[in-house]
Amino acid sequence: MSKSDNQQHPIAIYLKIWALLFVLSAASYMVDYLNLQGYLRWSLIIIFMLLKAGLIVAIFMHMMWERLALMYAIMIPPLLLLTFIGIASLEADHTFFTRSVFFLKNLI
Amino acid sequence: MLHPAVSTSPLHSPELEPGVKGIVSDWSADQQSFKKVPWGKAMMWIFLVSDTFIFGIFLISYMTARMSATDPWPHSSEIFALTIAGKSIPLVLIALMTFILITSSGTMAMAVNFGYRKNRKVTFILLMITALLGASFVGMQAFEWTKLIMEEGVRPWGNPLGAAQFGSVFFMVTGFHGTHVSIGVIFLIIVAVKVYRGDLDNERPGFLTGRKGNYEIVEIIGLYWHFVDLVWVFIFAFFYLW
Repeated sequence: MSKSDNQQHPIAIYLKIWALLFVLSAASYMVDYLNLQGYLRWSLIIIFMLLKAGLIVAIFMHMMWERLALMYAIMIPPLLLLTFIGIASLEADHTFFTRSVFFLKNLI
Repeated sequence: MLHPAVSTSPLHSPELEPGVKGIVSDWSADQQSFKKVPWGKAMMWIFLVSDTFIFGIFLISYMTARMSATDPWPHSSEIFALTIAGKSIPLVLIALMTFILITSSGTMAMAVNFGYRKNRKVTFILLMITALLGASFVGMQAFEWTKLIMEEGVRPWGNPLGAAQFGSVFFMVTGFHGTHVSIGVIFLIIVAVKVYRGDLDNERPGFLTGRKGNYEIVEIIGLYWHFVDLVWVFIFAFFYLW
């Protein structure tokens, strides 16, 4: 019954990615440990996060060896979440504004 | 399972187109769109897409709660600090949990590799190490929750540290993730037992599904496990570090 092309790759690549994930995790922890703040902190957090996520999906989950039809079917739909993030942040800003106006009136 | 000859034959049709043309020909093909992928694996991927939306919605609602909170958001770096040898180290438990999960992802990837090599013993050992690391992750999370509830007084409806939404978001997001890890550990042990007994080599029918044993299931549970690690990457970045 063994018919499909199994995902068989050299062990070395897993070990390299594993080491890389360790380094990236340590780096993202250092962002907090060194107490970086502001845009530097946020951009570093996002860069390390995306690198880690990309390595896990591409190598550990074998996505880079799959056919494009599967790759696109899996990777494109979650991009919709970006739209949702946009809508939700507009909503959140509005909520914050109205809360500030109506509930923090005495504080300002 | 019912029609293996029909459903698997496109898997090794030699004339598969590469690139964008391949997307069109795969999707317009009869029978199945995801060539070279066993259907169990395709189904796991589709489940993971739905799970991505669940965690995505959780993290977006966290963003909304945090952006709209008028009270200051509790400082996670200090809340999750531990005092080790008289020195307070920020986020140390969370960092340890991150490394444990990454390590378990590494052992899982190796287990899949050794599984396809039909190396029963090594696959079993690697799967059990993965399950053990997963269980220790859940144990640390239980410790973290206990500390937060008993010592810091965090509740889903409020806490003495700042914005009341902190507790509800924390318990929902990490609780849901912890549940995923726990379920993963159970399934890892089930697959490990199947490997150990030689069910996959002997193509023994599964207890529930009746499908013939196959080392593909190691890769499929591996996909789930890597996904759990993936979600933690996002939780770690947005909830603990932000």
